[in-house]
Amino acid sequence: MTGVSPGDRLVPTPGQTIGPFFGYALPFPGDSELVPRGHPGAVRLHGQVLDGLGQPVPDALLELWQAGPDGRVVQQEGSLHRDGWTFTGWGRAATDDTGHYTFTTLAPGAEPGRAPFFAVTTFARGLTNRLFTRAYLPADAAVLAADPLLSSLDPDERSTLVTVADAHGFVFDVRLQGEGETVFLRYPGH
Amino acid sequence: MTTTTPGRAATDPSGPVETFDPSTPPDPDDAAATQASISAQIQDIESGYRASGKLETQPRLDYPPYHSSLLRHPTKDLRHADPETIERESPCFGHRDVGALEADLTIQHTGEPVGERMVVTGRVMDSDGRPVRHQLVEIWQANAAGRYIHRRDQHPAPIDPHFTGTGRCLTDGDGRYRFTTIKPGPYPWKNHHNAWRPAHIHFSLFGTDFTSRLITQMYFPGDPLFALDPIYQSILDQQARDRLVATYDHEVTQHEWCTGYRWDIVLTGARATWTEPEEEHR
Repeated sequence: MTGVSPGDRLVPTPGQTIGPFFGYALPFPGDSELVPRGHPGAVRLHGQVLDGLGQPVPDALLELWQAGPDGRVVQQEGSLHRDGWTFTGWGRAATDDTGHYTFTTLAPGAEPGRAPFFAVTTFARGLTNRLFTRAYLPADAAVLAADPLLSSLDPDERSTLVTVADAHGFVFDVRLQGEGETVFLRYPGH
Repeated sequence: MTTTTPGRAATDPSGPVETFDPSTPPDPDDAAATQASISAQIQDIESGYRASGKLETQPRLDYPPYHSSLLRHPTKDLRHADPETIERESPCFGHRDVGALEADLTIQHTGEPVGERMVVTGRVMDSDGRPVRHQLVEIWQANAAGRYIHRRDQHPAPIDPHFTGTGRCLTDGDGRYRFTTIKPGPYPWKNHHNAWRPAHIHFSLFGTDFTSRLITQMYFPGDPLFALDPIYQSILDQQARDRLVATYDHEVTQHEWCTGYRWDIVLTGARATWTEPEEEHR
């Protein structure tokens, strides 16, 4: 099989749940530390993954993909064996027994006039397919208000996508269901 | 339809100790769910799907026969988003990330794992059939006896000291991946009484875009457990389900060495799909 003729589109392969047993396969040392904690620009992005009863989800996996502080997309290998010097823009964090995850990273930038965000993918046992969302920096209101996605949401929904600043960085909870349910995304072609 | 409490793991007094999800208390109702009641639920949903006339090529997030999904699926519709710059690119992996030997799951220990040695190979493509080049593929699976190396898997089947069941590779310039492994066994799980998963290999895939990201499961042809399995059945279109089933390929099979399977994977990519007609969005 060597491809298809133009216009003859292939249907994407279906997703399936990550299941409970990814622990030896997907997490790796340094997975959630896009920069070392001692890096002068290091920020913490952390929060909880919660189910429809507000209970923590202890077997979720989050992935982070982001621009560098200058807003540029990084294309650097080395995420799986971090050398402590190369910022790859990508990381992975499993939740702990309290449903909590932490990334150590740099605050993303964006193109001028655009609202910077972390692109976040959530996987979990019980979730039949991955969920995409965005964790926006709590930038100034005008920038957030101009964002095409945020401006399409009502205020309650919008608030699920905007991180809250804390002492070391940003807090972003992923609520899979129920009150305060996180807004998850569908991209063209999905 | 059997009444169950969402999201709770079951304790089956006749079976092994429940350890799939030790953080939630046992719920005796789940143990009472029979395969017959789960199968009836599966049938009901499938009948409704067929009557709808719609095409759904991805699993339903809300699929009650898979009990763990009850409290973990979003209840609101996914929101349309046009990809921003970062979402139109994908993380980059290379030979700093993945060693060549990581694609062979049978050589990670001092001895040979037991079971049927097999190769699985195929191409990772975007929806225009273009190869996804030099991109990361990760797999994990149970051993030949249906046992995972994991603290939450206490299925009383033997652990194989020579098999961890995890592998990685990079696709080549034509989008091809190739793993040497052991054919996994089916295994019991706690969704309902006497629930068994069809044998499968978990695949984690990156594409050309952030939005291409996919984790899925590859199955083996003709598995008698397909009809009974709420995870496989959470995909409602039969053609879509078939896309997860590898093909036995004697050209991949090697003389006096291993059997061979072929499985191709198609990922979305926003660049490839900008012009897709609206009615195909699902």
